[in-house]
Amino acid sequence: MRHLHVRTLALIVLAAFAASALVPAAAPAQPGPVRIGMLAPLTGPFAQIGKDMVNGAEMYLDEIGRQVGGRKIEMIVEDTEGTPAMALNKSRKLVEQDKVHLLTGGLLANVGYALQPYIDGQKVPATYPVIAADDITQRKPAKWIVRTGWATSQPMHAFADWTLKTTKYRKVVAIGMDYAFGYETVGGFQRVFEEGGGQIVQKIWAPLNTNDFAPFLAQVRRDADAVLALFVGRLALQFMKQYKETGLKDRLPLLGGGTTTDESVLPQMGDEALGTITALHYSQAIDTPQNRAFAAAFEKKAGKISSYYSEATYTNTRWIVEAIKLAGGKVEDRDALLAALRKVSLKDTARGPLSVDAWGNPIQTIYIRKVERVGGRLQNTVIATYPAVSQFWKYNPEEYLKQPLYSRDYPPCKHCN
Amino acid sequence: MIDRRVAAGAAALALAAAVAPALPAYPLTLLTQATIVAILAMSLDVLLGYTGLPSLGHAAYFGVAAYAVGILATERQVGLVGCLLAGVLLATATAALFGLLAIRATGVYFLMITLALGMVVWGLAFRWVSMTKGDNGITSIPRPELGLPWSLAAPLPFFYFALVATVLAWAALGVLVRSPFGLSLKGIRESETRMRALGYNVWLHKYLSFVISGLFAGFAGVLWAWYNGFVSPVDVQLVTSVETLLMVALGGPGTLAGSALGAASIVFLKNFVSVYTKRWLLILGAVYIGVILFAPRGVLGAFRRGR
Repeated sequence: MRHLHVRTLALIVLAAFAASALVPAAAPAQPGPVRIGMLAPLTGPFAQIGKDMVNGAEMYLDEIGRQVGGRKIEMIVEDTEGTPAMALNKSRKLVEQDKVHLLTGGLLANVGYALQPYIDGQKVPATYPVIAADDITQRKPAKWIVRTGWATSQPMHAFADWTLKTTKYRKVVAIGMDYAFGYETVGGFQRVFEEGGGQIVQKIWAPLNTNDFAPFLAQVRRDADAVLALFVGRLALQFMKQYKETGLKDRLPLLGGGTTTDESVLPQMGDEALGTITALHYSQAIDTPQNRAFAAAFEKKAGKISSYYSEATYTNTRWIVEAIKLAGGKVEDRDALLAALRKVSLKDTARGPLSVDAWGNPIQTIYIRKVERVGGRLQNTVIATYPAVSQFWKYNPEEYLKQPLYSRDYPPCKHCN
Repeated sequence: MIDRRVAAGAAALALAAAVAPALPAYPLTLLTQATIVAILAMSLDVLLGYTGLPSLGHAAYFGVAAYAVGILATERQVGLVGCLLAGVLLATATAALFGLLAIRATGVYFLMITLALGMVVWGLAFRWVSMTKGDNGITSIPRPELGLPWSLAAPLPFFYFALVATVLAWAALGVLVRSPFGLSLKGIRESETRMRALGYNVWLHKYLSFVISGLFAGFAGVLWAWYNGFVSPVDVQLVTSVETLLMVALGGPGTLAGSALGAASIVFLKNFVSVYTKRWLLILGAVYIGVILFAPRGVLGAFRRGR
């Protein structure tokens, strides 16, 4: 009797395996729909951002009636949980089972790096609308990935230039999250800032699970001119609050990487965020007809204000559709689709003109933004723009790439003591 | 009874081997993943199910081995044997060290210590950037070549490779738990004081069980690095340890085949259910609760009444 149960169980397992074999791999009918596979973190700590990403993409598809050149567009969204292993599993599902013609999405740098060998190995055209890790389009450029988003240090080069030219801040304390995104943000700022005569006089790294910033804020040198902060999500909210509570806000003006005040956290902030100046390739408050239209439509659809995440996937989807048009609708020809993805150039996106460089990263406008209260709510008012900024800033790309990647120790902190 | 279970397990493996060539690529990679995770779950079962020590830091040994392979294969182009030895030895050494610190504790304290030690390894993976590439992880880890006409880079040969590895691990652990040593472990699980009174060196038995468990977790870690082609701090974090614990609890602690079954079920549940609904965590949670309520000794344990 007992062994019968065991057998039943074994049979169930085997049946499950067998059933998985029978999951139909969508037969490629001629000329079936264009299939786009999208990866986003729909569960876990990044679920809200994942939702923004999906909403942005869906919104563009709805606008064009989910059609391109007479072919239907089918977008298959998969949850990555925000982990590289799950993202890889889901990519395999999308590419090998659903036979998508193009893969897109992803949020975190480690997911980006983990998928890169797989995407290049499968030779499937892909775009990264959000993943910003510098090296994906720099020292380890991926052949099959076109980035439609940004490189982490890209806005920060321009931001340092702006700080030198328009402010009197010369001694800046950097405080950031202790991981690659933090290093690349601070590193980009530091390089241009110090070459222009500024000084980073202190670098403070806070762990990703920090709950109380008091010990870190206590270390901040009071003889500096300003503080540069880089935080994301919950940490940005907490940091802002404590920066004011400890009285630092009245003594040291706050600069920051774009995510410190981006629209995914800004609505939950209060007056403590006012006056913070940051740089990014998007602001919900960009005052152009294209962005006003996009921002209003998104708010109507999603019930919350647009963030750079939703703009990223909206524009990314448009990018993909333009590429499909350029390739004459022949998405089955992967080489042609990849070439088209690299050739697209958009003049009038919500974040301004957009085209990609030879390494696959966009050349785009960088916005210097200041948090202001307008009509009762906080926004990132654009106070300066840097058009056509490359990921290499004004440096020669070949020479730029000979420098190491920005890290915890690079550029070295010469003026720290 | 035992032989029947072994036979059922062997039949399941044989059938998996038989249907594999007919499987599309995606289910095949999941099946591969299931076999590797099964080794990890079985290794924890030696500790949890047979010795009665619930560890919350098992991802540490798994991760140490995966990192060893990642670093050696990408920076030193070390091949199959070198990676395997280095990964397994390093994991064993880590377990040997951690065991010295952890074995003195029992119950909740053992949980806490293993959790803390696991976090140490996670911290190293995250912060020792020059070695581990930090949060970005190590990517492009090549799969080894066996010198056979089939390249392990292809999914099917790698599946068979992983399957053979799983069978070997299962057989080795099966012999271990049925050996006099394994029976003493069960004795310790049931009553430590009685075993001590009988003259057994309880500490040494627990310690060896801990180290052996780490060794096999390391074996799984080596395969994992080859399978995914990358390793990142996520592989070492607490969630991975907890998930492994749940796999064993789900399948049935104290039954190697049950742990393997639990591992496979979770891999498939996670990947298939999440395709159909965003609420897959809810379903997974319901499954856990259901098992705890109706089959507290795990799915396979439920069929072993009177034991």
